[in-house]
Amino acid sequence: MISADIQTILPEILLALFAMAALLVAVYTGKDRLAGALTWASAAVMALLAFVVASGGPGAESAFGGSFVVDAYSRFAKAAVLLAAALVLLVGQGALERRGLLKFEYPVLIALSVVGMMVMVSAGDLMVLYMGLELQSLALYVVAAMNRNSERSTEAGLKYFVLGALGSGLLLYGASLAYGYAGTTLFSGILGAASDGHVGLGLLIGLAFVIAGLTFKVSAVPFHMWTPDVYEGAPTPVTAFFATAPKLAAMGLLGRVLFDAFGQAVDDWRQIIALLSLLSMFLGAVAAIGQRNIKRLMAYSSIAHMGFALMGLAAGNALGVQAMLIYMAIYLAMNIGTFAFIMSMERDGKPVTDIASLNQYARAEPLKALAMLVLLFSLAGVPPMLGFFGKLYVLNAAVQSGLAWLALAGVIASVIGAFYYLRIVYFMYFGTESEGAETPMTPAAWLALVGSAAVMLLGVVNMFGVEAMAAAAAQALVH
Amino acid sequence: MEHLLSLITFLPLVGAAILALLLHGDGPGEQRNAKWLALAVTSATFLLSLIVLAQFDPSDTGFQMVEEGSWIMGLSYKMGVDGISVLFVMLTTFLMPITIAACWNVTTRVKEYMIAFLVLETLMLGVFMALDLVLFYLFFEGGLIPMFLIIGIWGGKRRIYAAFKFFLYTFLGSVLMLVAMIYMYVEAGTTDIPALMNHQFGSESFSLLGIQIVGGVQTLLFLAFFASFAVKMPMWPVHTWLPDAHVEAPTAGSVVLAAILLKMGGYGFLRFSLPMFPVGSEVMAGFVLWLSAIAIVYASLVALVQEDMKKLIAYSSVAHMGYVTAGIFAFNQQGMDGAIFQMLSHGFVSAALFLVVGVVYDRMHTREIAAYGGLVNRMPKYALVFMLFTMANVGLPGTSGFVGEFLTLSGMFRADTWVALVATSGVILSAAYALWLYRRVMFGELIRESLKGIADMDARERAIFAPLVFFTLLLGIYPSLVTDLIGPSVAALLEHFQASLPDPGSTATATH
Repeated sequence: MISADIQTILPEILLALFAMAALLVAVYTGKDRLAGALTWASAAVMALLAFVVASGGPGAESAFGGSFVVDAYSRFAKAAVLLAAALVLLVGQGALERRGLLKFEYPVLIALSVVGMMVMVSAGDLMVLYMGLELQSLALYVVAAMNRNSERSTEAGLKYFVLGALGSGLLLYGASLAYGYAGTTLFSGILGAASDGHVGLGLLIGLAFVIAGLTFKVSAVPFHMWTPDVYEGAPTPVTAFFATAPKLAAMGLLGRVLFDAFGQAVDDWRQIIALLSLLSMFLGAVAAIGQRNIKRLMAYSSIAHMGFALMGLAAGNALGVQAMLIYMAIYLAMNIGTFAFIMSMERDGKPVTDIASLNQYARAEPLKALAMLVLLFSLAGVPPMLGFFGKLYVLNAAVQSGLAWLALAGVIASVIGAFYYLRIVYFMYFGTESEGAETPMTPAAWLALVGSAAVMLLGVVNMFGVEAMAAAAAQALVH
Repeated sequence: MEHLLSLITFLPLVGAAILALLLHGDGPGEQRNAKWLALAVTSATFLLSLIVLAQFDPSDTGFQMVEEGSWIMGLSYKMGVDGISVLFVMLTTFLMPITIAACWNVTTRVKEYMIAFLVLETLMLGVFMALDLVLFYLFFEGGLIPMFLIIGIWGGKRRIYAAFKFFLYTFLGSVLMLVAMIYMYVEAGTTDIPALMNHQFGSESFSLLGIQIVGGVQTLLFLAFFASFAVKMPMWPVHTWLPDAHVEAPTAGSVVLAAILLKMGGYGFLRFSLPMFPVGSEVMAGFVLWLSAIAIVYASLVALVQEDMKKLIAYSSVAHMGYVTAGIFAFNQQGMDGAIFQMLSHGFVSAALFLVVGVVYDRMHTREIAAYGGLVNRMPKYALVFMLFTMANVGLPGTSGFVGEFLTLSGMFRADTWVALVATSGVILSAAYALWLYRRVMFGELIRESLKGIADMDARERAIFAPLVFFTLLLGIYPSLVTDLIGPSVAALLEHFQASLPDPGSTATATH
């Protein structure tokens, strides 16, 4: 019995053991001198686990009395989280080293937070959900403040912690209500408490609070305020991590809760999610217009992207979940490349974030500028880049399920948002000559930038099986 | 030649990839290589497209040389041509070598310039050949990116403003079309264009937010597509991006913009709006006809007062596109034949006029009309070419401009006499602004010191204009070359259109 349970969560246990072992080894031997090797080792372990997880069969297993679920959905999310984390570790290594921030705790904390994310997307119980979420968040609070000598970084960590705690509080309150009214914390039990497609009022309030708490983690409007500050304050390689794996994990968790626990009340939560989606898309599009700081700009960009991903969930069916997963996968691919570029921006050895420093960048570095051009148009959702197909998927799902108004609002928001992506292109290609930024890159970062741009173009021909995997994942979640 | 159409479409892209990956450096030698490679690739594309024309069977009104394959998202990659699109394909492949030759004097970032034009050619050809909604949208929207860069990098003083305006204006128009496309996919269950042409979308009137929508879903879909095509055309009052874009774009950019990109709007009406939403088109026809008439008169009047040569020609383009939309929405054979003919003719004539401006701009670096005068004394050959295209722009019989205007006007006359009356006044106005421009630039004494040393056209410039002159005259003298090719397809489109209308009585009441 227990050995079967252990078998099911073996990847999580292995990664947690690896993190602890790495911590011990590093403390007793070389400390920060081992940081580089540890980064590579963590990335290798995560990539290996991603392969193991992804190659698991299509069937669903559950452990610990149903409180931990492994199905196609969680496999998809875990594989994506692991791969994204591994890539961000490798890409960020060079930039951290140049800033003197490559500490051995960094890969360890990232690995621990990834364990949290893996637990999150597999949660079958409110307690497990909370445990995964907190493990993930605590590690992230620490890495946000990793640059201890910088006020901004410390501020970012503190802000993230306080607001994250508020989010967790909301979530816990909602969970307690759900427990009170359903009599159980198991998702399957909560699912049974609903009848005729609607849940009781108490459970409904619980649902609303749980959604609010998770929305904090996804950074959708109106719980987005921490995002620009944390993105700006944290060291850029850390920001790159915030923008990728945790977003997918939180979105995956949201989907898990909404369908596994409240799958009988789709009509009740669809309107909430649709509204969150609408607000996020517009705020993300409008608020970034005045931004000169590329990290804050990317924060608003991610808010807008979360709005689109939520549109997929708002569709409330398997097609919508599939669209959300594909959207998130494409979003991860775009953001890793974009951040590989952003974290390399510097002048006289100091990081710069002003987009005006990219003036005439295309003259100095034509290839990198071209890769960024592709990524920016992809982020804006302009065909023929892959980013457009992500949008097409969620728009299609929304229209199919009668949310044509949301789709219409979404495309208008995407036009507004296109402006600020174009402005970066404008600086890179049309700007007037001035002393521009330099972008020294490690081979890994260069590969990530060019590779992700290539994926945005080649993905249009063939999505490398992501579609089928996302479809299977969605089928597993939505019954 | 099973994949001929794909080969033609993607050949320029391959050329662009070769340039991007294999050609390094920006010295004079590399610049020359880039230009020659681009010229060779576009010429090869043109030669290949001649095979398409040779294999094309005008009597077959369906799609020919169809290629189909599976694609991501369950969509299909489907390409094909019919009598309407084959000529636009030819126009594109024909004009691209001329465009490349026209930017021979560019010296800034030549490699990127050539790449942008080659990518643009692939996207433009794709628009005219795509037989899948999403594939069409992909090419249609994708064209914005290279054009945005062409205006923004190689444009004039206010290029940034013009580039952003161009991009955001057309992007906004297109995304509305995207939502309509998704709705059509959901409704009809397919994105296949031929299948959608045979699908009847709902046309029962209903009320939305208290407004009675005559023609129902079809009218809404029509309006969504209209938002995109009207901006692209461009129609009054959403034409304002065009003068800015034209004035700031480099010569070659203006040529492509006027000669090919504007045609996508008219092509879109013929390919989507009319066959897929006949009831919606019928309901909105009066509206579109009057917008066109206003465009013709208003744009002509605005052209009269321009002081910048390119801006004048840009407004004249808006006026000429008014004939095109009016001809299409006249819903008869003359009107539509005329509209397609007018688009082709405008492709040659406006391209030539922008090149004409480019010739003196290259020498004097100003487009202001007041900066010229008396050029005929120094540049007799130039004067002849300029005169020919001015006349073609006015619509003098014997040039291709006449045939298009005459056919659209006679089509309009049968549809709505008043519209035809207003539109015909545009013919006089066009003569006024075009001839006045010619007089101010070419005639009079050559008094300006700076113009005294100006040289006439060199061999390269004469070679660029020769094919344009040839086709402008050929189509003016022997228009059946075109009308025989498009006639059967247009007739089939009209027959399908009339058959799809419920019955004449009910729509007659719906329009009033």
